[in-house]
Amino acid sequence: MTLANTQPQALEFDCDTGNYHTFCPISCVAWLYQKIEDSFFLVIGTKTCGYFLQNAMGVMIFAEPRYAMAELEEGDISAQLNDYEELKRLCLQIKRDRNPSVIVWIGTCTTEIIKMDLEGLAPRLEAEIGIPIVVARANGLDYAFTQGEDTVLAAMAHRCPSEAPQLESEKEERGGITKLLNFGRKKEDVAAEQSDYVDHPPLVLFGSIPDPVVTQLSLELKKQGIQVSGWLPAKRYTELPVIAEGNYVCGINPFLSRTASTLMRRRKCKLIGAPFPIGPDGTRAWIEKICSVFGIEPQGLEEREAKIWESVEDYVKLIRGKSVYLMGDNLLEISMARFLVRCGMTVHEIGIPYMDKRYQAAELNLLAQTCAEMGVPAPKIVEKPDNYNQIKQIMELQPDLVITGMAHANPLEARGITTKWSVEFTFAQIHGFGNTRDILELVTRPLRRNENLKGLGWNQLVKEEANV
Amino acid sequence: MKLAYWMYAGPAHIGTLRIASSFKNVHAIMHAPLGDDYFNVMRSMLSRERNFTPVTTSVVDRNVLARGSQEKVIDNITRKDTEEAPDLIVLTPTCTSSILQEDLQNFVERAQLDAQGDVMLADVNHYRVNELQAADRTLQQIVQYYLAKAQKKGELPGDKTEQPSVNIIGMTTLGFHNNHDATELKRLMAELGIQVNQVMPEGASVKNLKNLTRAWFNLVPYREIGPLTAQYLQSEFDMPYVDITPMGIIDTARCIRAIQKVLNQQGASADYEQYIDNQTQFVSQAAWFSRSIDCQNLTGKRAVVFGDSTHAAAITKILAREMGIKVVLAGSYCKYDTDWFTQEVGEYCDEVLISEDHGAIADKIAQLEPAAIFGTQMERHVGKRLDIPCGVIAAPIHVQNFPVGYRPFLGYEGANQVVDLIYNSFTLGMEDHLLEIFGGHDTKEVITKTVSAESDLSWSKDGLAELNKIPGFVRGKVKRNTEKFARDRGFSEITAEVLYAAKEAVGA
Repeated sequence: MTLANTQPQALEFDCDTGNYHTFCPISCVAWLYQKIEDSFFLVIGTKTCGYFLQNAMGVMIFAEPRYAMAELEEGDISAQLNDYEELKRLCLQIKRDRNPSVIVWIGTCTTEIIKMDLEGLAPRLEAEIGIPIVVARANGLDYAFTQGEDTVLAAMAHRCPSEAPQLESEKEERGGITKLLNFGRKKEDVAAEQSDYVDHPPLVLFGSIPDPVVTQLSLELKKQGIQVSGWLPAKRYTELPVIAEGNYVCGINPFLSRTASTLMRRRKCKLIGAPFPIGPDGTRAWIEKICSVFGIEPQGLEEREAKIWESVEDYVKLIRGKSVYLMGDNLLEISMARFLVRCGMTVHEIGIPYMDKRYQAAELNLLAQTCAEMGVPAPKIVEKPDNYNQIKQIMELQPDLVITGMAHANPLEARGITTKWSVEFTFAQIHGFGNTRDILELVTRPLRRNENLKGLGWNQLVKEEANV
Repeated sequence: MKLAYWMYAGPAHIGTLRIASSFKNVHAIMHAPLGDDYFNVMRSMLSRERNFTPVTTSVVDRNVLARGSQEKVIDNITRKDTEEAPDLIVLTPTCTSSILQEDLQNFVERAQLDAQGDVMLADVNHYRVNELQAADRTLQQIVQYYLAKAQKKGELPGDKTEQPSVNIIGMTTLGFHNNHDATELKRLMAELGIQVNQVMPEGASVKNLKNLTRAWFNLVPYREIGPLTAQYLQSEFDMPYVDITPMGIIDTARCIRAIQKVLNQQGASADYEQYIDNQTQFVSQAAWFSRSIDCQNLTGKRAVVFGDSTHAAAITKILAREMGIKVVLAGSYCKYDTDWFTQEVGEYCDEVLISEDHGAIADKIAQLEPAAIFGTQMERHVGKRLDIPCGVIAAPIHVQNFPVGYRPFLGYEGANQVVDLIYNSFTLGMEDHLLEIFGGHDTKEVITKTVSAESDLSWSKDGLAELNKIPGFVRGKVKRNTEKFARDRGFSEITAEVLYAAKEAVGA
């Protein structure tokens, strides 16, 4: 591969056995209950689900979380107990103790297998107790890890109002982000503000990210004269954005394909298919794509991207020329790989639980293009990877960095392979120009650690030959 | 249906996996949906395992739901058999497989035809037993399987070892301080002149299980895991067992005396009285500590104890009998073992509480206002909220409860460790209390003049709002860096945009 050849090569796709480690999609309650402040998440499942949540969430469980298990017992499984009555009892208890604005039922493997009709029960119970009940089937039979958020947001997409409420007082309540950006300013000022924006059809962004990142990305678009009219999800359930037919929507995370198709098919929105705003290259491409849809000439993005790269050069030089292997567990892999290739890394393989080639089309193109521009071979993308095969391959390839789940991190480290836990990328702030340093901070941490410990000569810490 | 936020004991399959992955070269295959292999994360992270956890999943997905597993489970078993050549593969049912009601036993039998190693189905029901009961049962099942196999082949050794010897049963991966306890017990046996025939399941090989019967007796230190195996070995092979947990000075002595009795019944002439005296009075520090002036200060202090049966009972007895502390409440989450626990601690505490509901325990602690709590990680957090110190004495536990240093709870060194744990909990509490009375080390009104305190910069409302979203522990740093950035660039007001520009520029 020479630098002269900058024609994107076709990406190679493969599919393995699906014997890989990932988090159960119910884990999405951990970040969604924090994001949606007036929600309560009820996971209807077994002890197995509860055990996973309580261990995976670590200290968060002690902070009186707004989530709980509806733990199914033998009587529920054999239908000796009435599902409706049981759920009513628990939901009334939740209403009494927490009074949330919405209860989200998370269906699990068990409710699927025993065919508990959650979608059928919810509207009846909703009417009876007077709290909206949103049903999301985030189970391990169908989904992996971050796809849990996708199922919840797809369900929420149905609940977004289709027109702004008429009452002036209610108007105040909605449009959380606009209100935030206009913080404390008088109405006239706000009206004057409007001229900062180009006249374009409403744009709603979807994907749950921490509030500071919401502000950052909104400000970023504001610089181009684009107004974000709402986010799915908003800070509160009562602030879900208005979504009308013909509105534009754009995703900020690669795992939101169900939400995207719900918005397109059910809410008749137009999807802006863009690469995801992860890394300065992704952020720029994301903004450019949105601008192009609205016929706006983007201003100053090239300089901005260059400046960011310049400011993180100290980190980038640590990974330039090194190789990385992504085992795959959270669907951020394509975007991460694209960003790392731009940083000068070579990617051996991209494992990914599920590959929606349509929703991720722009991101895949950018990956192929980036590989061509950087003069590195396009990596193979392996859907439903097989961890056993991957580990054998890793031992042969000896990559400089393996991005993997926690089940394999310590054993690989003990065999002299440097690892980074993939889960951290899910919880860290990785979107937009301003968080570039944060991603690189994570990526380079193991390498910096190695630098600190170098010369001790303790890289191989297992006795026998790697017994995979 | 039950509204639950927290559980003390995990689901059944965790128990089976703990047993299977404790043995050497035993592989467990879970019949479960994607994501149920969280056990691997726990083993790798909590106990910082260097090796890959020998657990894989035969994934239950939509296809399996529609057509049944068909060949999938069998293929996964035979694949693992060729890949890693384990001595034994344990097919592990989960909550999901127990409602699918597939004939897993049939899969096992068919896989056995092709597999070189042994294949077995763990006999546990998700809806009937918890982690601890399942572990106890699985261990017995594996032992029974290999002894029956050896018997059939005529490979069962008929003799006993020449010297008195013991099997230590119940040491498992992810068990609370189990690896240190195993070391301590081995040391204790060596000092008593008893050979350790086998420690299991941790580190044991199933190939050696046939030699179990050569030991003179079995020692079962924990109430939760091991008794079924010991009872089985007694009824089938006439092997006596000792199930007194050697935790604390008094119970360690009781345990040793029980061992002495068992050995002497088989013709040995063991006399450990002198050893016990010497350890108690001069070697171990625990007995002397009880007499020392420090411990006097603890007299009558009130404590709450909660944990699994073994640890909660033992710690209750240590507090009450050995340190003169008043145990106002002793409790256990091992509901299935209520009678035993009540009998063990009945005379040493004011009240017994058997419950799996952490809220009930938290309420009790709040009502009783003890000076210290001895419980699980959950009680530690309750203590934090109520400002009561807590020593962790039982699972569920966190990574800090897998110390790298030597911290047994059993035997004479264990007694020393327990004394430290208890004493440190109380002193900290007292110190806290004194600080409260005298208003702390420092006067409260300390005026810190930071750079930002004399700042000439103003923050806009949206800037302040964003700043307040930044976690408290780094907020000061971010504020300073942002203001420095703003001053350098000549901004007079700091808006959200300036804040994020500063973050980009200087990593504020």
